[in-house]
Amino acid sequence: MKAAVVTFPGSNCDYDCFQAVAEHMGGEARYVWHREQRLPDCDLVILPGGFSYGDYLRTGAIARFSPVMGAVAEFAGRGGPVLGICNGFQILLESGLLPGAMLVNRGLQFICDTVHLRPERTDLPFTNRLAGGRPFRVPIAHKEGNYYADAATLAELERNRQVVFRYCNANGEPDEVSNPNGSLHNIAGITNKAGNVLGMMPHPERAMDRLLGSADGRLIFESIAHFLR
Amino acid sequence: MLTAEIRITLKDGVLDPQGTTLRRSLETLGFAGAGEVRVGKFIQVSFGHGDQARARAEAEAMCSKVLANPVIEQYRIEIREA
Repeated sequence: MKAAVVTFPGSNCDYDCFQAVAEHMGGEARYVWHREQRLPDCDLVILPGGFSYGDYLRTGAIARFSPVMGAVAEFAGRGGPVLGICNGFQILLESGLLPGAMLVNRGLQFICDTVHLRPERTDLPFTNRLAGGRPFRVPIAHKEGNYYADAATLAELERNRQVVFRYCNANGEPDEVSNPNGSLHNIAGITNKAGNVLGMMPHPERAMDRLLGSADGRLIFESIAHFLR
Repeated sequence: MLTAEIRITLKDGVLDPQGTTLRRSLETLGFAGAGEVRVGKFIQVSFGHGDQARARAEAEAMCSKVLANPVIEQYRIEIREA
């Protein structure tokens, strides 16, 4: 695994992503400053969480114009796996690499919590180590994670099986009580049609060790490692 | 000199959690007549020229490219003499 971890001004999960790859997975990780026009030699691009450009205007709205995003889109277009976590997901939405948009959480609060996710796809580069329907536990930390898409887009996402993760209860049922932010269809993560770009609000890179509450995030990184092998 | 005054709001039909909460607060404060409340943004852009048509075209391009997100937002532009 050779990961390029993109750092925007205001990113704050870049180190966690770097460590998830380099320390926990024994892979190679490199930081890429957002001003770069090109990506280094890599087989995975991670857009980390944080508050790029202070969340000014809208989350991810300004980061999507960073010079590096051209190279990220090109990498994605060639089928390279791109993982956007939290603010990284918001940037993917703003850049049009994934459909939809984020609204402020239904309860208006910044939510810091641990949630259960139900995997809907186990055939993707990011999910091949997950068991379909069996929930796993990862942290969330966001204020704009209320996923929205118009009815037609939502229907298309469901039809194409682009919904990858839903917020659910401990039994894996995506009920209303388990929806932390008001996301339509309990959506916590989606992929593009080709299945090589994943955006997710929860933070797998913060769940790499049981000592820190959960090691379930490893499943995502182990899936990617398995895919790249 | 010209100024573009740009009002950005969530599209009709997109739930506005801030607006909903404000409406409840207004009711609590006794403003029984308050109907739907929508929260938006106001952006003012000054131009270094006096060409109305050009200012409008530029403001329109700014909105569609970055200032508004067409998935969830709509906008209205007014060009004024500064």
